[in-house]
Amino acid sequence: MLEGISNSLQKALEKLRGKGRLSEEDVAVAMREVRLALLAADVNVKVVKQFVDKVRERAVGQDVARSLTPGQQVVKIVYEELTELMGGSEERLRMAAQPPTVIMLVGLQGTGKTTAISKLALTFRQHQHRPLLVAADVYRPAAIEQLKVLGRQIDIPVFDMGSNARPPDIATAAIAEAKRQGADIVLIDTAGRLHIDEDMMDELDKMKSAVNPDEILLVVDAMTGQDAVNVAQTFHGRLGVTGVILSKMDGDTRGGAALTVRAVTGCPIKFIGLGEKMEPLEAFHPDRIASRILGMGDVLSLIEKAQQTMDLDKAQEMEKKLRSSQFTLDDFRDQLQQVRNLGPLEQVLNMIPGMNKMKGLDKVNLDDSRFRRMEAIISSMTKEERATPSVMNASRRLRVAKGSGVTVRDVNQLLKQFEQMQTMMKRFAGFGKKSGKRGMMSMLKNMSGGDLGSVLDSGGGVPGGTASPGFPNPRGPRQHRKKKR
Amino acid sequence: MGIFDKFRKGLEKSRSAVLGRLAGVFKASRLDETVYEEMEEALLASDVGVETSLWMVERVRKLAREKKVTSPEDLPACLKQAMEEALESADPSMNMAQDGPTIVMVVGVNGAGKTTSIGKLAYHYRQQGKKVLLAAGDTFRAAAIEQLVSWGERAGVEVVRHQQGADPAAVIFDGIAAAKSRKYDIVLCDTAGRLHNKAHLMAELAKVSKVASQALPGAPHEVLLVVDGTTGQNALTQTQMFSQVAPLTGIIVTKLDGTAKGGVVLPIVREYGLPVKWVGLGEQLDDMEPFSAESFASALCDV
Repeated sequence: MLEGISNSLQKALEKLRGKGRLSEEDVAVAMREVRLALLAADVNVKVVKQFVDKVRERAVGQDVARSLTPGQQVVKIVYEELTELMGGSEERLRMAAQPPTVIMLVGLQGTGKTTAISKLALTFRQHQHRPLLVAADVYRPAAIEQLKVLGRQIDIPVFDMGSNARPPDIATAAIAEAKRQGADIVLIDTAGRLHIDEDMMDELDKMKSAVNPDEILLVVDAMTGQDAVNVAQTFHGRLGVTGVILSKMDGDTRGGAALTVRAVTGCPIKFIGLGEKMEPLEAFHPDRIASRILGMGDVLSLIEKAQQTMDLDKAQEMEKKLRSSQFTLDDFRDQLQQVRNLGPLEQVLNMIPGMNKMKGLDKVNLDDSRFRRMEAIISSMTKEERATPSVMNASRRLRVAKGSGVTVRDVNQLLKQFEQMQTMMKRFAGFGKKSGKRGMMSMLKNMSGGDLGSVLDSGGGVPGGTASPGFPNPRGPRQHRKKKR
Repeated sequence: MGIFDKFRKGLEKSRSAVLGRLAGVFKASRLDETVYEEMEEALLASDVGVETSLWMVERVRKLAREKKVTSPEDLPACLKQAMEEALESADPSMNMAQDGPTIVMVVGVNGAGKTTSIGKLAYHYRQQGKKVLLAAGDTFRAAAIEQLVSWGERAGVEVVRHQQGADPAAVIFDGIAAAKSRKYDIVLCDTAGRLHNKAHLMAELAKVSKVASQALPGAPHEVLLVVDGTTGQNALTQTQMFSQVAPLTGIIVTKLDGTAKGGVVLPIVREYGLPVKWVGLGEQLDDMEPFSAESFASALCDV
């Protein structure tokens, strides 16, 4: 996410970092590069101008001159201004005092409204709400069908009146239906439309006055270019948009739209959508995104994610097993699953500070499919085989290979890796505390190279567990203070 | 209404949006550095991108010198010429098979407008009296098959389909086989939207393309990348990444009936030499026009 802008911005600021004194010329050169980096990222021309002027003004001002590390100071200013540009702090949804809360999703064609609204429904259910999805896109062929299929997938009710009803009527009827069902959130999926299509905008207006929504969320494709401004302004002007969902942030977009929309309309970005898989939308934290853009990682989100997906009891049990070397293939599979639950590896790694600067990381193929294949192999074994892998003779290996759709070589490899892992674990009963970045690196290399021997060696395989030197320790700063005393 | 008029009318909004800025530039009383700076900004604001904007401004500057232009009023002609130069490598004609069916694969990121474009292309060729077959290769997204079937009904053409979740390559293979045996002229193959940085999805696309070429030597005759006209500089990355897995032959730019300027077309054509073949200008069956560099440039530059 946002690698492109991140790399170019960091390059622009890199030259300032080490400098003891900053001349106006230094700042001017850096700002020119920042400007180009932002423009190449599709940030609106006017917004870029304002942003650069603001940073320059602060950078040549008092604070920087007096600071011991002026370069760092400039990076800090860019970070603060970026955060400010994106809205400062996280914005939550407004809920109705009297349920149901009504939320309309609007936007251009193909921005991902239907996908986003299904994910939003999941987000609400995660927080113990009862959402009702409403299919009010009567224009696009099969749009209603799409929402119904998604609703079935995630087991959330979908209300529709076919494609002959008028959208404002559908919305009104949906609220009555929600009250009848006892649903407390009504999510209305509207048809994609051009912001300059008067009739279609009129229809949204009518729907708005018919149902009086608590939130009108504009879905914006994160890959949108300079036109994002026109779109957001027009929708906002006509309807009074209360928030923005940025979709397709899992692409390699530089996300200029993210930096622009909030700045020109004042509408806060409330969620980001990552991928087509049905999982809850992520809340948008401007400070964390700014931190990611500047390559400072996003440890907070990573920890939150780990807490959400990892099972603490399991992790503790795992640690015990590791220490007593009673680690079986079953446990190994559990671990693989837990790591996979965190989300695509690439996304996880980007949240770790400094990861993007590691050489060679771009060449490592971060493919989750290796994990999946390993899981399949283990799953094809019998209980006995998983508990005592030593029984795996040639014919058993052949059966497992056939069962999991791999070659015997793959099975051999996995077993060998597991064996190595066990030996390693016996050796490191105390469990490594100093492998750090290098350990993580070799873990990655191994993952792509096929040798999993050091996955657990580096601790990277058990992020939910206790000692995970590959991941920064959340209590780091506190320990640091202790040392000082 | 002729093709040219429609193209132009569709771009009306884009035109006025760019012109709003450029007109001011061209009205300046003196031809000095600020005029060029403003021009650069106007181009950037139309998604032309940093590199091509700089290239274009340089080009205009040179042309102005050669033609001894002294008043900003004469700049639009230079800008138009520069745009046409940037677009000149683009041949918008479609590559048709010598004999047997022509296989056209349509690829792109999610929500670019692939299925809609296929519906319009089907109608276009149907109007020309061709026998058209659609292959529902988007077996991933919910209700994508239904969406294509309903476009097929509108355009009056047959659709080859499997179940959701089926192997897209198999659908395309069946489509080509059916076209061969039942003597269709054109097969339009839909594919699932995919972000170009998802390695496994791109690998799947490479497979679909390979299977097509095995099913019929010389296929796919056209692999068209659908680019949302509102997309910014990411369209360049899309072009680059998609061309690595499938032999792209051209671009379809969609949604140009909005205020988006589609300026990203310029760097795509100039930097990758890939022609824009079609332009989508609305949601109706006949809202698709062949691209014309001349009308695109003049729509944006004529004051």
